[in-house]
Amino acid sequence: MDFDLSDDQRMLKDSVDRLIADKYSFEQRKKYMAEPDGWSRELWAQYAELGLLGVSFPEAHGGFGGGPVENMIVAEAFGKGLVLEPYFATIVLGGGLIQAAGNDAQKAAMLPEIAAGTRLVAFAQVERASRYNLADVQVTATKTAEGWVLNGEKSVVLHGDCADTLLVTARTDGGRTDRNGIGLFVVAANAAGVTRQGYRTQDGCRAAEISFANALAADVLGDPAGALPLVEQVVDQAIAVLCAEAVGLMGEMHTITVDYMKQRKQFGVSISQFQVLQHRAVDMFVAVEQSRSMSLFGTVMSADPDAKARSRAVSATKVQIGKAGKLVGEEAVQLHGGIAMTMEYKVGHYFKRMTMIEQMFGNTDAHLAKVAGAGSLF
Amino acid sequence: MDLNFTAEELAFRDELRRFFRTEIPESIRNKVLDGQHLSKDEIVLQQRILNKHGLAVPGWPVEWGGKDWTPVQRYFYSDEIQQAGVPGGLAFNTSMVGPVIAQFGSEEQKKKFLPATANLDIWWCQGFSEPGAGSDLAGLRTKAELVGDEWVINGQKTWTTLGQHADWIFVLCRTDPAAKKQEGISYILCDMKTKGITVRPIQTIDGGHEVNEVFFDDVRVPKDNIVGQPNKGWDYAKFLLGNERTGIAQVGASKARLKRIRELASVEPAGEGRVIDDPKFSEKLAMVEIELKALEMTQMRIIADERGKAKGKPNPASSILKMKGSQIQQWTTELVMEIAGPYVMPFALSDEGSGRNETGYGPEFAAAAAPAYFNKRKVSIYGGSNEIQRNIIAKAILGF
Ligand SMILES: Cc1cc2nc3c(=O)[nH]c(=O)nc-3n(C[C@H](O)[C@H](O)[C@H](O)COP(=O)(O)OP(=O)(O)OC[C@H]3O[C@@H](n4cnc5c(N)ncnc54)[C@H](O)[C@@H]3O)c2cc1C
Repeated sequence: MDFDLSDDQRMLKDSVDRLIADKYSFEQRKKYMAEPDGWSRELWAQYAELGLLGVSFPEAHGGFGGGPVENMIVAEAFGKGLVLEPYFATIVLGGGLIQAAGNDAQKAAMLPEIAAGTRLVAFAQVERASRYNLADVQVTATKTAEGWVLNGEKSVVLHGDCADTLLVTARTDGGRTDRNGIGLFVVAANAAGVTRQGYRTQDGCRAAEISFANALAADVLGDPAGALPLVEQVVDQAIAVLCAEAVGLMGEMHTITVDYMKQRKQFGVSISQFQVLQHRAVDMFVAVEQSRSMSLFGTVMSADPDAKARSRAVSATKVQIGKAGKLVGEEAVQLHGGIAMTMEYKVGHYFKRMTMIEQMFGNTDAHLAKVAGAGSLF
Repeated sequence: MDLNFTAEELAFRDELRRFFRTEIPESIRNKVLDGQHLSKDEIVLQQRILNKHGLAVPGWPVEWGGKDWTPVQRYFYSDEIQQAGVPGGLAFNTSMVGPVIAQFGSEEQKKKFLPATANLDIWWCQGFSEPGAGSDLAGLRTKAELVGDEWVINGQKTWTTLGQHADWIFVLCRTDPAAKKQEGISYILCDMKTKGITVRPIQTIDGGHEVNEVFFDDVRVPKDNIVGQPNKGWDYAKFLLGNERTGIAQVGASKARLKRIRELASVEPAGEGRVIDDPKFSEKLAMVEIELKALEMTQMRIIADERGKAKGKPNPASSILKMKGSQIQQWTTELVMEIAGPYVMPFALSDEGSGRNETGYGPEFAAAAAPAYFNKRKVSIYGGSNEIQRNIIAKAILGF
C-alpha cells in the first residue's frame, strides 16, 4: 500500500499547481474566455512547453510515458483553476483513443503533434438519442472506393469547434445498439461534408454540433467493426480524469466557502459561529474527502486490464463524485447566500462546471445502474 | 373530515380556470410554463387584463379593489393562476407594498398609489437588502435624515429584483441611529427618477439580469413619502414578509411544472424508448409529486386554520410552505435537466441576456434546463433563507 507520489509525480504536481496559481486567477480566466476560441492559445503553447500535453503519452511519440496518476494530477489542478483549454478533449479523449486504438504509424503521425500543441482533437460520440449508451450509434460509415464515408449527426462534441481532427464513432454494421459494428474514424474537421456549429457551454467551455453529409474519413483507428471495447476503455479512463477534476473543483468550493463563512458577518458575528452552518461545512468536507479517496481508486482501476473490474470501479467513482459534487456545489451556494448567485463571484462557476461533469459520460443514475448490475465491489 | 369542496367552491374555481386560460394570451402563459423569462411589456399586459376584471389584487381591502374571499377561494385563485401559467400581479406591487400602504399609509398615499399599483402603472421594487444586511435585515445602514421638508437618503441597497424596470422603490432606511436595531427603521417610498439614484445591474449565474445594486447619494424625497410612523418601518416590513413567504411556496406553479415535465419526458427519446420509460426517472418524478401533494395538504391546513383568525398575522407554519415549496421548485429543475441529458450543456444567451432562448441546440426546452437549475438556487436563499425559516420554526413553534 503506497499513497505517495513518486519524485517525478511530485515535481509535476508542483509545477502544474504553480502554473495554475500564476496564470489562472478568476480575472485572468475571464480574459481567456473572451479570446476568439474561448480559451488561451498562448497558454496551450505553454502547457506544451512544460510537457503537460504529452505527460501521459509514450516516450516514443513525444511524451513522458506517464499514465492515469499523471492525468489525475493535472486534472485536479485544472479543476482548481477552472481551466478552459481543451485538455480533456484533445489529450485525455483524443490522445487516449489514438493510443488505445491507433497503429504505430497513426500514433507517430498524430501524438507528437498533439503533445507539441499543434493538433487539436475532439471525440464525436454523443447522439441526441444515445444519451449515455456508448453502443447506441446511428451515424453511419460506408465503405466506398475512395474510403469510408460518414453520414449523420453528433451532439455536444466537447471542444469540437476548435478541433483540427475529429475522432468519430460510426456504425459500419449491425443494428442501432449492437455492440459489434462500430468503428472509430479519423475525420479532418475541415473535410467536405462536415458542418460544425460551435457554442459556449454552461460551464464556460466550448462544444459543437457536428453533422456529416457524405464526409470522407481520412483514416480508421483499429477494426472498423470492433472499436467499442477500446472506446469503453478510453471513456473509463476519461471518466476517472473527470472525477479527479471534480475533486479539484469540490476542494476549491469547500475552501472558498469556509473562508467566506469566517469573514461574513450577520447578527454581529461571523456566520461561521452558527453551529448549524459549521455542521453543513463539515458535511461538505467529508464529501470532498470521500471523493478524493474514491478518485484515487478510480484512477488506479481505470488502467486495470480486467474490463469488468475497471468499468465497475470507474462507474462507482462517478457515482460518488456525482452525489458528492451535487451536495458540495449546492451547499457552497447556499452557505454563501446571494453573493454566490452572481457571475462576478467565483464559486458559482465551480458549481456550474461540477453540474456539467455530473452528467458527462453518464449521470449518477446511469452509473449507479451499471454498478448495481455488475455485482459487488468487494 | 372531508377533502371535497362544495359545489359553489368548485364553480368558483372553474370560472377562474376558464378566465385565466382564455383571457390571458397563450404566448405569455407558455413562456411561464416553459420557465422562460418574460419581458416587462408582457408582465404589464397581463396584470392590466387581470386588473380590468378585478382580479389583480384580490388580497387587498375591498375598497381598494380587493375581494372578500374565503380562504378556500383565495387558495383557488393562487392555485389556478399558477397552474394556468399566468404570472399574476407583480409581487412587489400586489403582495408587498400595496398591502402595506393600504394598511398603514395615509389617505393621500392610498389615493395616489393604490390604483396605479394595482394596474402596474407604477412598477415597484423592494429596497430592503444591503451588502451588509441580508439575513440580518435589521442591521441595515442606509440612512435617511430629515432636512427641512425632505428625507435625505444615503447608502446602498442590493439584490433589487427587476429594479431596472422600476418606477418606484420602497426602501427601509435607518432614521434613528441611537435606537435599538429594529426600532430605528422607517419605510420610505422613493421615485426611481430622483436625482442621486444609480442602478447597476448584477448578472446572475444563469446569465440573466434580474437583480441590481441601487445606490443612494444624497437622494431627496418629500417628507410625506414615509409610510406610517417614523421608526416603525420594521413592523410594516415584517407584516409583508409573511406574504413573501407564502408567495414563494408556488404550489400551483410546481403542479404545472410537473405536468409539463411528464409531457416532455414522454416525448424525449432515450435509447430506443422515451425518458419516461426509465423507471428511475419516473420514480423520481413520482417522489416529487408526493412531496408536492403533502405540501398542498399542508397549505390547505394552514388555510383552514386561518378561518376565524386575524388577517395578516403570518402563521409560523408558513415557514414550512417556504422551505418545502422552494425545495420542490429546485427538484423540478433537476428533473428537466435529466430529460435534457447531454443537451443541458449548450449555453445560449437570449437578447435579454436571460440565458434561455428558442434558438438553442437539441430539444427546444433544453436551453432553459441548466439556467433554471442554477437560477432556482435563489429560492432557498431569498425571502428569508431556509436556515432562517428553520430558526423561525425552532423559536416560534418548538419554543427553543
Ligand atoms: C435572486 C435574488 C433576488 C433577490 N431579490 C431581492 C429584492 O428584490 N429585494 C431585497 O431587498 N432583497 C432581495 N434579495 C436578497 C435576499 O433577501 C438575501 O439574499 C437574503 O436575505 C440572504 O442574505 P444574504 O444573501 O446576505 O446571505 P447571508 O445573510 O449572508 O447568509 C449567508 C448564509 O448564512 C446563513 N445564515 C445567516 N444567518 C443565519 C443564522 N442566524 N442561522 C443560521 N444560518 C444563518 C444563511 O442562511 C446563508 O446560508 C434577493 C436575493 C437573491 C439571491
